[in-house]
Amino acid sequence: MLATAIIVFREVLEAALIVGIVLAASRGVARRGVWIGAGIGAGVIGSAGVAAGADGIAAAAAGIGQEVFNAAILFAAVAMLGWHNIWMTRHGREITAAANRLGSEVRGGTQPLWALASAVGLAVLREGSEVVLFLYGIAASSDGDAADMVFGGSLGLAGGVLAGGAIYFGLLRIPLRHLFTVTSWLVLLLAAGMASQAAAFLLQADLLPPLGPVLWDTSSLLSERSMLGRVLHTLIGYSAQPAGIQLVFYVATLLVIGSLMWAMNNGAAGAVARRPARDSRPPGPLQEKP
Amino acid sequence: MVRLGAALLIAVLAAFPALAQSPVTIVIRDHQFVPAEVTIPAATKVEISIKNEQNVPAEFESSSLHREKVIGAGATASVFVGPLAAGRYEFYDDFHPATRGFIVVR
Repeated sequence: MLATAIIVFREVLEAALIVGIVLAASRGVARRGVWIGAGIGAGVIGSAGVAAGADGIAAAAAGIGQEVFNAAILFAAVAMLGWHNIWMTRHGREITAAANRLGSEVRGGTQPLWALASAVGLAVLREGSEVVLFLYGIAASSDGDAADMVFGGSLGLAGGVLAGGAIYFGLLRIPLRHLFTVTSWLVLLLAAGMASQAAAFLLQADLLPPLGPVLWDTSSLLSERSMLGRVLHTLIGYSAQPAGIQLVFYVATLLVIGSLMWAMNNGAAGAVARRPARDSRPPGPLQEKP
Repeated sequence: MVRLGAALLIAVLAAFPALAQSPVTIVIRDHQFVPAEVTIPAATKVEISIKNEQNVPAEFESSSLHREKVIGAGATASVFVGPLAAGRYEFYDDFHPATRGFIVVR
């Protein structure tokens, strides 16, 4: 049962960390629970569908359907997270200003949540389909027993949710005027890590060249299979033995989203007359719109 | 810096890899990889074909090779590996982590 719980926990962990960060990034936005909940729900329902169609997906595109599918999901999530960050750069200032006027809580924030909800849905879909396949495997095996599947699965799920809760409540301890700066950075690194993972899938399918099969090897320092390694793999895209193409996608994602954020921030800075030009941090705190 | 230089050199050398003619076949049977160790040539791109003869899904995974692929019950899937430097690369069934094997690159 413990083995089952550990495997389910590992799969749930990645999605749970993303949900925790997204919840912190959308703090104070009206009806965010409904949006994020809908994202999780759609992801769970989609997982069952993907698991049921796994053989069909795998056989598609001459046997590389699974890789293409995973890479497409990851790239879509990268786009959603990037869009959120760019939007927040432009409007985060107003939200923070409103929060400063109204006290510690942001009331009626107008941040559109479809992008974050989609990113959550995609993350849950990807990890969830593996959980479904794994649990189905236990149920279908001759020595499988239902109690193992139910209790092990629940224990793993609960562990993952606890980890997501831990990062969420940890982030909430950050003062609100800094919170969106921190979550913007976290979302940016999350997106870059996902792009690197997507590149690994396309490499596996032989659709991209490796550009150096192993850039560095830190597996003896911090294995990707260790718990810390897994958490860092999700949060910042840590890889113990990355291929060159992964680094290319990682850096390119940072540069593209980062430069769009920078451009948006400068555009917004022009619109806010009292804003000092030297302050170029993304969601400039303590600045009220005139 | 030396390592980066070496990586760039490998990258250039790897730009035009030779592809081994036929895929290397591994079977998953009763939670064992058969064979549990396969040898492939260095600096060559190789297709590894994995047949899951079990009645449960498996996930072929390797953190050192960055490979992860779910293989349904009774299904066969291929992953490309390499061109690789000489060494031993571990892989496992992520749905049953005690099931492991090695790719030996010479």
